[in-house]
Amino acid sequence: MKVAVLKGGRSLERNVSLRSGARVEDALERLGHEIVALDVGADLVKRLVADAPDVAFVAMHGVGGEDGTVQELLEILGIPFTGPGAAACARCMDKSLAKHAISEAGLPTPDWFAFNSTAFRELGAADALGRLEQSLGFPLVVKPSRGGSSLGVRFAAAPGEVPQALVSAFSYDERVLLERFVDGREVAVSVLGETALPIVEAIPAEGDRYDFEARYEIGRTRFVCPAALAEAERAAIEEVAVATYRALGCSGFARIDLILEPGGPQVLEANAIPGLTDTSLLPQAAEAAGMSFEDLVERILDLALRPATA
Amino acid sequence: MSEVPPPPHRRRAHTSTRDLERYAGLFAARTGVMRSSAMRDLMAVTARPEVISLAGGLPDTSTFPPQSFAAQMTRIAQESAAEALQYGPTEGFEETKDCIVEVMGAEGMLVDPHDVIVTTGGQQAIDLVCKTLVDPGDVVICEAPTYPGAVPVFCSYQADVVQVECDGDGMRVDELEQLLERLRREGRRPKFIYSVPSFQNPAGVTMSLERRQRLVELARLHELLVVEDNPYGLLRYEGEPLPPLYQLDGGDFVVYIGTFSKILSPGIRLGWAVAPPPVMEKIVLGKQAADLCTSTLTQYFVREYFAEGRWRQYVADLVEIYRGRRDTMIAALHEHFPAAASWTEPQGGLFIWATLPEYIDSGDLLAKALRADVAFVPGQAAYIDERGRNSMRLNFSGVTDAEIREGIRRIGVVVAEQVELFEALTGADGAGRGREVEGGGPAAAAGGGAEQNVVPFRKTGGAGG
Repeated sequence: MKVAVLKGGRSLERNVSLRSGARVEDALERLGHEIVALDVGADLVKRLVADAPDVAFVAMHGVGGEDGTVQELLEILGIPFTGPGAAACARCMDKSLAKHAISEAGLPTPDWFAFNSTAFRELGAADALGRLEQSLGFPLVVKPSRGGSSLGVRFAAAPGEVPQALVSAFSYDERVLLERFVDGREVAVSVLGETALPIVEAIPAEGDRYDFEARYEIGRTRFVCPAALAEAERAAIEEVAVATYRALGCSGFARIDLILEPGGPQVLEANAIPGLTDTSLLPQAAEAAGMSFEDLVERILDLALRPATA
Repeated sequence: MSEVPPPPHRRRAHTSTRDLERYAGLFAARTGVMRSSAMRDLMAVTARPEVISLAGGLPDTSTFPPQSFAAQMTRIAQESAAEALQYGPTEGFEETKDCIVEVMGAEGMLVDPHDVIVTTGGQQAIDLVCKTLVDPGDVVICEAPTYPGAVPVFCSYQADVVQVECDGDGMRVDELEQLLERLRREGRRPKFIYSVPSFQNPAGVTMSLERRQRLVELARLHELLVVEDNPYGLLRYEGEPLPPLYQLDGGDFVVYIGTFSKILSPGIRLGWAVAPPPVMEKIVLGKQAADLCTSTLTQYFVREYFAEGRWRQYVADLVEIYRGRRDTMIAALHEHFPAAASWTEPQGGLFIWATLPEYIDSGDLLAKALRADVAFVPGQAAYIDERGRNSMRLNFSGVTDAEIREGIRRIGVVVAEQVELFEALTGADGAGRGREVEGGGPAAAAGGGAEQNVVPFRKTGGAGG
């Protein structure tokens, strides 16, 4: 089969995407497929038309590749592709849209407010900050609405820290979220097809709990898979994760990140195209389920080509 | 299809999570401090061709005449092919050392060739000095901010890095004095003080003569070494040259690091170190273990190039070009950066250090700037702690005047957006103007417009933080 691997692009997560893409190509080669490697740029459509692949493996992260843009083009060109469709990608990418969909489906997600910068620049939204802070309480988390990894995510422990955190978050997107801080265990559920894979727990090193960058550094965060959870906890997390996946209209795969509070799981966000590098969580979860990386890649291709049998 | 099929390459088997853990069990403790981070991934985006990068530290090698390069390499091929392709002595060739003596002489330093070792770039000299002097946990003192490329070297030797604030006259030697006293009381003996005294990377500042003298005095007094890294000394665009620390000290307590990177080419990877004989003996052993010898071929190239006798003219040409680019950048900063920003005005070297209002994180700003296709180095890279977050390093040597103007304009736009947003958030009404009255206003009114924005170092934080 002729598989186009879409990777790179212009997003801030270009580097991770190139690593994901390289690993996928490697697996595809072992599986005996013909590979067309595409570092996504201005010639994307031309190359897709010229190469006419049977299927596109989208190994892109962040704005452009994970937000539905590339998926929209693939839909227009009639090329089947891996992972969620354009609409689901757009919803997952924008945390504000995703949280609306999640809470409308009756699923738990921490309270939040979303603003675009115009609200502050032109509508005096700053005057509402006090009220909003009172409602969410401190500490609160400020994050860009669209953006992967930890970039631009800040804790604000007190009202005085909010403006600076907002300036940071607005560096990454025109819209930001202020979210109630949820204290609990951090878990990630990779969903493949409609099935939850074993849960991964991220355990930050002592002292790094409030450092979002630490999560992306080997050695500063420990990942345990399958997570040590009571049966009821595991079932509750999986149920919420799969329901979130459905509520967002995902297909193929996605990764749902949650916090397990004493009262139950809370959904933080969904990643339409989770990382596929050596250290990424989806491959770890697949491995815990007894799938090699090749098995995982083959299954993802199957889901792209035969979504009905998923 | 070509006649010769491409060689089959072997694809590495996949590493499973278990493999990762197995490898991790083998890693040395020092790899724990070698960090990879989201910010590093962000820096990778700066390499996109459409990005105007003020993030590099690149000399402009396009100014080197290709025909001269061709002639020298041809001469080497015709006259000394076998030797140029052979191993050489660990310390480097005598002829290379003669060139080094000449370069150091141009800055007023007298040096015994026996005290010199030729290294693979100045970067290896930093590594070899650490290899020779630093045990895990040893204190290494450097400037704040310091050369970003030195930080990973210090960290890989597990040094306890302590930074001393800089101001417009370079390292605050009075703070250094207090720090040395404090360390003495605590029973911690620093191994060396790392400094870039002239046109510092990243701050662009130059250490005053008085401080230079006091620094070498302190080294003598405390019997510790100063590592003087001087890649830019000959790239002075204005003002009188100051004596290098090596010259002031005579080479007893100063280890000197030099390089051909900025006066000829960084691609040839040729640098050197000068150290007192007992220290040199150990450095040579370290060099032997590291790579046996520095590239013979590029040493031959330097020899040929110096034999032509035009190297000083080439440096003079570079000085002309870089001076113009520095002036362009300063003018662009005045035009496009907000009043609340400040920056250094270097008398030489390759960098300007700009500081923004406290609430702007230059790492986040970089993400925004990259969307406008422009890049710089966030200030945090020059500190081992959380400082420097509102500063940035801007390079003017490796970009054209047009790129400098456009690059600074683009950064100015994203900074202005952040300033406007912060003011909207905090209700600070026209804070830019307000600040001007409080701070730089009077100086500007007195015609000191240039000075108002100079030397933006924080005075707080103390030595070592």
